[in-house]
Amino acid sequence: MTNSAIAVTGLRKAYGDKTVLDGIDLDVRAGTVFSMLGPNGAGKTTTVNVLTTLIRADGGTARVAGLDVATEARDVRALIGVTGQFAAVDDLLTGEENLQLMADLHHLRADEGRRVVASLLERFELAESARKMASTYSGGMRRKLDLAMTLVTRPQIIFLDEPTTGLDPRSRRTMWAIVRELVADGVTVFLTTQYLEEADQLADQIAVLDQGRLVAEGTPDELKRKVPGSHVRLRFADLAALDGAARVLTGASADEAALTLRAPSDAGVRSLRALLARLDEHSIEVEEFSVHTPDLDDVFLALTGHASTEVVAP
Amino acid sequence: MITSSAPLTDARIMLRRNFRHVLRNPVTIFNGALMPVVIMLLFVYVIGGAFNVGERYIQYATPGLVLLAITYGLGATAVSVNTDMTTGIINRFKVMNVSRGAVLTGHVLATMLSTMIAVAVIIGMAFALGFRSPATPLDWLAAIGIIAATAFAAAWLTVALGMAAKTPQSAGMAIVPLILLPFLSSAIVPAAKMGQGFRQFAEYQPFTPIIESVRGLLAGAPSGGYAAAALAWCAGIVVVGYLWSRATFSRRA
Repeated sequence: MTNSAIAVTGLRKAYGDKTVLDGIDLDVRAGTVFSMLGPNGAGKTTTVNVLTTLIRADGGTARVAGLDVATEARDVRALIGVTGQFAAVDDLLTGEENLQLMADLHHLRADEGRRVVASLLERFELAESARKMASTYSGGMRRKLDLAMTLVTRPQIIFLDEPTTGLDPRSRRTMWAIVRELVADGVTVFLTTQYLEEADQLADQIAVLDQGRLVAEGTPDELKRKVPGSHVRLRFADLAALDGAARVLTGASADEAALTLRAPSDAGVRSLRALLARLDEHSIEVEEFSVHTPDLDDVFLALTGHASTEVVAP
Repeated sequence: MITSSAPLTDARIMLRRNFRHVLRNPVTIFNGALMPVVIMLLFVYVIGGAFNVGERYIQYATPGLVLLAITYGLGATAVSVNTDMTTGIINRFKVMNVSRGAVLTGHVLATMLSTMIAVAVIIGMAFALGFRSPATPLDWLAAIGIIAATAFAAAWLTVALGMAAKTPQSAGMAIVPLILLPFLSSAIVPAAKMGQGFRQFAEYQPFTPIIESVRGLLAGAPSGGYAAAALAWCAGIVVVGYLWSRATFSRRA
């Protein structure tokens, strides 16, 4: 238990007759990034709301830092921080005042509060805009301010609910760098995302959520291993070359309309060199050559049996 | 550790936050402080001369205009409360163990503060426009007490309405009846001069005893009956507003 930052068993939640969480089990080790991946409406935010004491589950148990979220909510709140999907900043206060508000509400001593606020403004590159109202901030700045506000209380466990949804690629990378820093400092991060790349980049452990159920859990590599292996894709100038190649490369499947051939391969350098050498021996000219390793999109499709329609590539 | 003084500290922090909102929103300042002045000038110099109220119009209308100064600022509170509930910042407060009453109390106190400033402006204007009062300091104290009680009641009801509304826009709309109510009381003209139906409504709605008690106190002729009715209405509205907003606050995640 000492090693488990979040432990959840059989979590259920329904609104009316609509089941949102249908028996979720989770175990998040302390000091790691755990990513809950799933499309819109899968139940990610509901999970975060239960774990952060904002709503009560209908069934099951959830312990955060060893404390029960239902009966020890007050103590749980003292240890966690949450940055939700919509930046929860006060538009009519400046960046600095927003942070100061958090310090005041956390009952920090005045001098300590000022020190924490100044260091967070510096760390999140908000010092220049510190005296401007948050309503004038860009989306990326608001999200940074939001996260900085969460960090005023120095939480041990941080919940990030879709922290990069709607951000431009550059802001997204900044956010990723911040998450990595947090983990380096020993913080546990529970991150929900609908971006496969994000989970792949950040998470030690991924749980795939679909319609209120966990359909898979594992490291990014473990999940990728669950789908059909990697392959190479070859395109030819004409049908004669395609047919020739199909005879040489056993186990390959041809697509005559696209003039392409898909051949299984472990995508290693040695086997790729051998494959190209065989085509050379038979003097078959290749127009285009590409290597495909499965990404989490393939994983999602393989695990749920349907495409992650809501999932938009970042 | 959380001490027993935390709810008060939190309420003070919230008051400061909400009052900053008031100061930074030009629309709020216009509606809360300037609009009642504009209405005052309009009624005293343009419209009021046509009313036969049995005395100089400014003399009659000042207590009513004080009431308008209370209600005109409420729209901003309703919108601000609703914005808190709908933008996710409330979740942040909840997760921070901020005492739940403090969020509501902060709004109520900030509203009280800005309302009392608007009331002071209107009373100052009234004197500048020729309002005179034979009231003793004790009468004034009592009048200010009733005005403060009214502002307190209106603030709680507004917080409840703002809390219950779905969007900030509809929250702004929800308090429009509250703004119109003084016009259907004896604020602007005596109830006796109104048409059938309106007269009965004016006689039995809360603003009439509130205005009549303030009017009596400022005229140096206090009426215990009106004052008791006014305070009873305020107490009732505070209880309803308080319970309603607490209930909504707990229900909305």
